[in-house]
Amino acid sequence: MALNNSRKIETPSQVVILEAAGIYKSYVNQTGAKADTQATTVLENIQLQIHDGEFVAILGPSGSGKSTLLRILSGLIPSSRGEIRYHGQTVSGPNSHVAIVFQTFALFPWLTVLENVELGLESQPEISKTQRMKKSLNVIDLIGLDGFEDAYPKELSGGMRQRVGFARALVVEPEILFMDEPFSALDVLTAGNLRTELMRLWRERKIPTKSIVMVTHNIEESVLMADKIVVMGHDPGRVRAVLPGIAIQERGKKSPESEALIDLVYTIITQPDEDADEIIAARMQKSAPAQKSAVKTSRSYQFLPHIQISTLNGLAELIARRGGKEDLSVLGRELQMEIDDLLPLVEAFEILGFGEATEGDLILTAEGQRLAEGSELEDKEIFREQALRYVELIRMIQQMLDKDARREVGEDAILSKLQEYFTEDEARRQLDTAVSWGRYAELFAYDNESGLLYLEDTAPAQEQ
Amino acid sequence: MAQIYLPERTDIESRAQRPPVPNLPNSKNTQNQQRYLKRSDTLVIVLLVGVTALIIAGASRATVHTRSVTISLSPFILPLYAGYSLLRMIVAYIISLVFTLVYGHIAATNKTAQRFMIPILDILQSIPILSFLPSVVLTLVALFPHSSIGVELAAAILIFTSQAWNMTFSFYHSASTIPAELQEAAVIYRLSPWRRFLKLEVAYSMIGLIWNSMMSWAGGWFFLVAAEQLTLGSQSYQLPGLGSYIQVAANQGNITAMAYGLFTLVAMIVLLDILLWRPIVAWADKFKFEMAKSTETPSSPVLDLLQRSRTLETMQIKIIRPTQDFLSALLDKLFPAQKPAGNSPRSPRQTVSLDKIAGWIVTAALICAGIIGLFQAARLLMQVRPVEWLALLGMDSLTLLRTFLAMAISFVWAVPAGTAIGMNPNLSRRLQPIVQVVASIPATALFPIILLLALQLPAGINVAAIILMLLGTQWYVLFNVIAGAMAIPTDLREAAQNFHVVGWRRWKVLIFPAIFPYLVTGMITASGGAWNASIVAEYVQFGGKTFIAPGLGSSIAQAAASGSIPILLASTLLMAATVVTINRLVWRRLYKLAERRFTLA
Repeated sequence: MALNNSRKIETPSQVVILEAAGIYKSYVNQTGAKADTQATTVLENIQLQIHDGEFVAILGPSGSGKSTLLRILSGLIPSSRGEIRYHGQTVSGPNSHVAIVFQTFALFPWLTVLENVELGLESQPEISKTQRMKKSLNVIDLIGLDGFEDAYPKELSGGMRQRVGFARALVVEPEILFMDEPFSALDVLTAGNLRTELMRLWRERKIPTKSIVMVTHNIEESVLMADKIVVMGHDPGRVRAVLPGIAIQERGKKSPESEALIDLVYTIITQPDEDADEIIAARMQKSAPAQKSAVKTSRSYQFLPHIQISTLNGLAELIARRGGKEDLSVLGRELQMEIDDLLPLVEAFEILGFGEATEGDLILTAEGQRLAEGSELEDKEIFREQALRYVELIRMIQQMLDKDARREVGEDAILSKLQEYFTEDEARRQLDTAVSWGRYAELFAYDNESGLLYLEDTAPAQEQ
Repeated sequence: MAQIYLPERTDIESRAQRPPVPNLPNSKNTQNQQRYLKRSDTLVIVLLVGVTALIIAGASRATVHTRSVTISLSPFILPLYAGYSLLRMIVAYIISLVFTLVYGHIAATNKTAQRFMIPILDILQSIPILSFLPSVVLTLVALFPHSSIGVELAAAILIFTSQAWNMTFSFYHSASTIPAELQEAAVIYRLSPWRRFLKLEVAYSMIGLIWNSMMSWAGGWFFLVAAEQLTLGSQSYQLPGLGSYIQVAANQGNITAMAYGLFTLVAMIVLLDILLWRPIVAWADKFKFEMAKSTETPSSPVLDLLQRSRTLETMQIKIIRPTQDFLSALLDKLFPAQKPAGNSPRSPRQTVSLDKIAGWIVTAALICAGIIGLFQAARLLMQVRPVEWLALLGMDSLTLLRTFLAMAISFVWAVPAGTAIGMNPNLSRRLQPIVQVVASIPATALFPIILLLALQLPAGINVAAIILMLLGTQWYVLFNVIAGAMAIPTDLREAAQNFHVVGWRRWKVLIFPAIFPYLVTGMITASGGAWNASIVAEYVQFGGKTFIAPGLGSSIAQAAASGSIPILLASTLLMAATVVTINRLVWRRLYKLAERRFTLA
């Protein structure tokens, strides 16, 4: 009973349903009146195949363009270069064989559950009104929403709302089901419950959908659900590794296979500058830890993760208590942090020289130990030293301040410099992070009103 | 220019937190239930008959009418006059709504058109509308010399110009801020264009649209009263209606008739609120774009009655639903959903929609109109001598002084009163409905009465002018302050209490910063309103005499009366320029400051 319907038992089909061939996506930065416009690349040379019968998870940290990729695959937005092929044929525009389940559910609050579900069928004139109603009620039944047909979304709990999202997607009987972080807005238990039910429908073939593509930043989730895990990296968004999932029988247990895969994914993701293939190869041979490649993929400008200092201190203290070393997947599970939360922290540790991520572990450096043990004042001292030594942006601001006769710099000057490397919004966030770090380290002060950075002892002759 | 400061969409309703409506007896007794049904059916039928009668009466009158109308002061004719006035409002409102939906939709969906359309809207709403009334009336009367259609049209256009802008802004703003995922869902589930428009754009904008409609409707009364009785030089144009009734009564010094007229006006406004706006607000609650179930939902006994009515239910099944089905089938035929991409390769070029073409046509038409208008304006302005310009500038500063005084008075009484009402739930429950009724009386209707009293004083017209400006504007300040005071978080108030922040320090630390964004919004609206009101306030014909308070408003009115178009244009432009300049220099800066520093996140 448990085995007769599972897809993995069948020979995996080699029919490619959807394919991304050399997809690039870039946005043009319009920096004011300047003639030279710069393009920020969000996706670089994406190759991806989605086969019949396959559940694909696209996994990556924020900024890796995974949601953008999903939208390009579904035809919602055009790519800058490259092709999307559906059954071997190049397509453009919204693909009508695709349905999407959205992160925020994207339900119409003014329509009832039934009306929301019927929405996708209304565009098919060949389906009569009674058929439409019948189909919708069937799906509502299937997804466990019966009794709620006439309720408005706001009357439902988060989990029930996402069920409506699923029902709306499934009623159009899509060939491919796309899911954009479908469980990330739900609490842990609700998400688990909904996941199990979806997997049951999928495995028992209660739904005619041929393949599912899910964007997620939850590593456990991808290992639990997917037949294929596509790991993406950022700056620019690219595919770093395509890993086969584990056998369906092994999922959801503390089996060595699943633990190993989770650990491998953590290792790949927390070492964004390493070659993923080398990491995998090192794992396969069970050999010594992969040597850090001498030449890191050079980034145009150091990217500051947007991390609060108190979080950084807190994590340093926690790891120090554990003996200066802790497994990242353990940390993630224990602190209820998904990689979108954990990865920036790890990056901050590495940038500031407080810790290093190797083999899926976070290890404190001597400075990290000092940070964990120090008093509030000592912490500031250590942080200031490290920030001045390693953080490019803070160094740059410091130099600009030193050069200025009045010891002050307008933020516009810094922003325009940052915009050579980042989008307008990201440049703003980079500056905000640098300001928050610099303020903590008492390196410089900042006046939000005038947007002026200045050295503390020479406060600008402004109000306050 | 928002009329009530809205920190979030969901806060819209907090402005007028309606008093809790007593619940209908929820008896399980079926007999009781049945009696309810009957009563509600009677109500529905009466309403249907009433509306039909109104429309027929309006239509028949249009053909019989000649220009010289005499306004009867008999109280028995008041219901008919009220009907005429209401009909005018309805027509103007429908025009405003259609304009709003078309203009807002194009501006929100067409990037090219948007670049022209939004600044144009911004300019249109800064122009003192009343100054155009005389010229509009003259033109339209000339176009339809033998009927009252010209004057009727002029009234409709005037009311339209007082209603449309804020509604359009609200709709445009909502329609262009629809969450991305909802838009994507609409694309992926292939909503046809008209479904997208109704189920996404209009639905998403519904709440803002309704609140702005209510504001526009209130503003409409103000201009309706001004538009029904017009004196241009030696000629006077009258439309039978409540506004003209009140004015004629005031002119003749007939206090009893004035009281009748005012009472009817207030009664109609209150009835409309109960029978129309409250049910609509209660019904529209489902359009609120929030996922949390709010604790307090607006309710309306009238809506409950309607929803329980059997007659309506039968109508719904027999007439409305089939009509809906027919219409949607028709619309589906007319505007089919986009062809699915699927297997067939499709070039994105084909998606150039009707919207885009319509946008281009509108843009082109606007540009042409603009060029012609500019040419004409330049020709006229050349005729204004420098001395006259200087004189106008002097007048401008006098009106500036008056608006400043009116705003200062509003500030002085409305801030303490509004704070008191807003911070005390008991007081606000009791006073809000009263304040709303008082505020809903259009200042123009009260003006004759104020004149009657103020003209006894020395420099009476000056006092009267300031009072009229005040009447038209103080409510914006008051309502905003009430909304602001109600929005002060309890924990902040408790913290202030805990640290013994009292007296002046309480104002400085807690109240002023918290209500500041609301206050600025109220003052912006009030400022614009005061300038506009100056045109009717500074130049008054009353009891056969003309009273003039020197100022830009009276310059406009005089120029219109004497038919000197160049001066009229020059003074109107000067007023618009002044309003825009003050907005940019003072209000917009204060508003930015409010958003940056004093927003309770």
